[in-house]
Amino acid sequence: MAKMNMIQALNSALDVMMERDPDVVSFGEDAGYFGGVFRVTANLQKKYGLDRSFDAPINEAAIVAMAIGMAAKGLKPVAEIQFADYIFPGLDQIVSELSRIRYRTAGAFQVPVVIRTPCGGGIRGGQTHSMSPEAFFTHIPGVQVVMPSNPYDAKGLLISAIESPDPVIFFEPKRLYNGPFDGHSGGALASWGNHPKGEVPEGHYSLPIGKAEVVREGKDVTIVAYGTLVLVAQAAAEKSGIDAEIIDLKTLVPYDIETIARSVNKTGRCVVSQEAPRTSGFAAELAAQIQEECFYALEAPIQRVTGWDTPYPHAHEWSYFPGPERFINAMNAVLEA
Amino acid sequence: MANDAPRFHVPAPHVRPGDTPDFSHIKLQPAGEAKRPDPAVAGMETRDLALGLIGVLDHNHQAVGEWDPKLDADVLREGLKHMVLTRVYDDRMLKLQRQGKMSFYMKSTGEEAVAVAGAMALDKGDMVFPSYRQQGILFARGRDIVDMMCHCISNSRDNLKGRQLPVHYTWAEGNFFSISGNLATQFPQAVGYAMACQYKGESQIAATWIGEGSTAEGDFHGALVLASTYKAPVILNVVNNQWAISTFQGIAAGDAPTFAAKGLGYGLASLRVDGNDFLAVYAATQWAAARARAGKGATVIETFTYRADAHSTSDDPSGYRPKGENEKWPLGDPIARLKNHLIGLGEWDEERHAALEKELNELVIAAYKEAESYGTLHDGPLSPVESIFEDVYAEQDWRLRRQRQDLGV
Repeated sequence: MAKMNMIQALNSALDVMMERDPDVVSFGEDAGYFGGVFRVTANLQKKYGLDRSFDAPINEAAIVAMAIGMAAKGLKPVAEIQFADYIFPGLDQIVSELSRIRYRTAGAFQVPVVIRTPCGGGIRGGQTHSMSPEAFFTHIPGVQVVMPSNPYDAKGLLISAIESPDPVIFFEPKRLYNGPFDGHSGGALASWGNHPKGEVPEGHYSLPIGKAEVVREGKDVTIVAYGTLVLVAQAAAEKSGIDAEIIDLKTLVPYDIETIARSVNKTGRCVVSQEAPRTSGFAAELAAQIQEECFYALEAPIQRVTGWDTPYPHAHEWSYFPGPERFINAMNAVLEA
Repeated sequence: MANDAPRFHVPAPHVRPGDTPDFSHIKLQPAGEAKRPDPAVAGMETRDLALGLIGVLDHNHQAVGEWDPKLDADVLREGLKHMVLTRVYDDRMLKLQRQGKMSFYMKSTGEEAVAVAGAMALDKGDMVFPSYRQQGILFARGRDIVDMMCHCISNSRDNLKGRQLPVHYTWAEGNFFSISGNLATQFPQAVGYAMACQYKGESQIAATWIGEGSTAEGDFHGALVLASTYKAPVILNVVNNQWAISTFQGIAAGDAPTFAAKGLGYGLASLRVDGNDFLAVYAATQWAAARARAGKGATVIETFTYRADAHSTSDDPSGYRPKGENEKWPLGDPIARLKNHLIGLGEWDEERHAALEKELNELVIAAYKEAESYGTLHDGPLSPVESIFEDVYAEQDWRLRRQRQDLGV
């Protein structure tokens, strides 16, 4: 075991997989020589050579398409999109191509590409470096969607993503890259070094795609969260003293309805959450499915904790970010109902 | 009221419905005039070839100049056969579509040389990423016609399980990638595939085709950037058939003198070729393939041709261009030109040609009878309904399993 932050854990996952499988290649804007603007691909070019870790032109559609072509020939490309906010020029290649190649060829061609991309706010990124666009990708049959919340999960899930026979959109909450974040904007930067999930095995291990984890057991209310908000929800539970059960979803497609339903049937109350804007977000899907599964166990309407239906503001970032207070308010609302 | 003096420039074709067809504005470099440089030449050295026109068959149907690939008569006859088969197949499928046997069809009439000569000049192992009008590749590579038809009528033997529109073929065994329908997406994919061929140390290359209209798409430019940056062993074909549904080529070309010239901006070897000249298309593809296999990078090839029929069964060309324009195309018909060349060589005659057409027509009619025995879109049998949930992922997750139950299959 080693102490790693999320960047080091992701880098370790790439390193482990490139070492094991000569067909794994990594590329993206600034992702070669320099090792990526967040350093996730650092040292890979030095260790594995120019043709396995390389810089790509600033054209996200071309990056995704190149990965599709390579995967069709049997490589395992891991493409980095520098910020999730920049993924949209590549959307046609993801929606119309990547996700459907297996389907439209009846399995004759398969393109198990991994697209890694940093998402989320809390880093003063303004409206073009803070988005959480995961919901768009959950609406595309044929891709899996993953978002870890800590270094240990990040490494195990990225290895699973690279080993998956299906395309995976892998969101990395960049506010968590360098340390855990509980949603209190003013405090000192925490370190993964003191966090149990900052203990990461150096070799190969994988975590199953599609499995959620109960990260805090409780009996009063279930909070479903993923990415940065898992830690924020935990902080809210501690601060409020509410006995919340918190589920770290980890995979959005296919999400682990069993774990969610088991918990909600137990607590009878539920808060779903996302950092993204509220309308048509992934939390809406969760709320709909939970009421289908657990309607007769629910004691109160499901509450959503989300960003606002606005672009991510720069100066008022912390008024946008769904912090612990909004979780506490939502928990109180479902408990009082 | 329409403004007679538009306030900004909108290009328009020289003639419209009701006008007399007129191609006098098209300046053509005579066949045989273009120089043939070594395939290893620097990309920018192809400037004259990108602005000119590579042609081999002259108006006396003789092969002339440095680009003559000097093919055996057997190869020429094979090419002629594939082109005639493509045309006969297209004509039959159109009739069947009109009879309600298919939801949709797209012919390649007038463009048979682009696909057939392009395919024949490649190795059969080379990977092709076509657009929707290169069915000639499938004939050149020997795909079973019944299988092609079963796909088009989406029956129980459709290798794509009824998931794709007609003519959006996939044939993995023939190294024929899936046709998308979303335009130009295959262009950068082909570059990635070609890079992976090099990565794996194989001599295989990739070739891809788009129409001139879709060169306006970002993916065209993305592909050229990738191909140039990584010197990928790929052939990037732009089929300039003058028309994107109802939109003439000038809307995509802008002020560019040719579509091949766009490749020069990326430093890529760029050729403009008479697309109705089997020998010229063959020679240009052979040149580009040699360049790619020698590690000298990609080539952009504009095949200058004319879409002699409608875009698809969903449009009527008389609504946007003069009737009879196809007969006035200055570069003629690709099948007639190769046929006349062979006749001039003493290697073919009208009787053999008529017999070939008859034979292939019968072949296609018989193939359709067989294809129909496996079902039709209208009357079935189709692929099993539950197959709609297959191949979305390697394994069905709980959502798909439940939804299949919801559908009751």
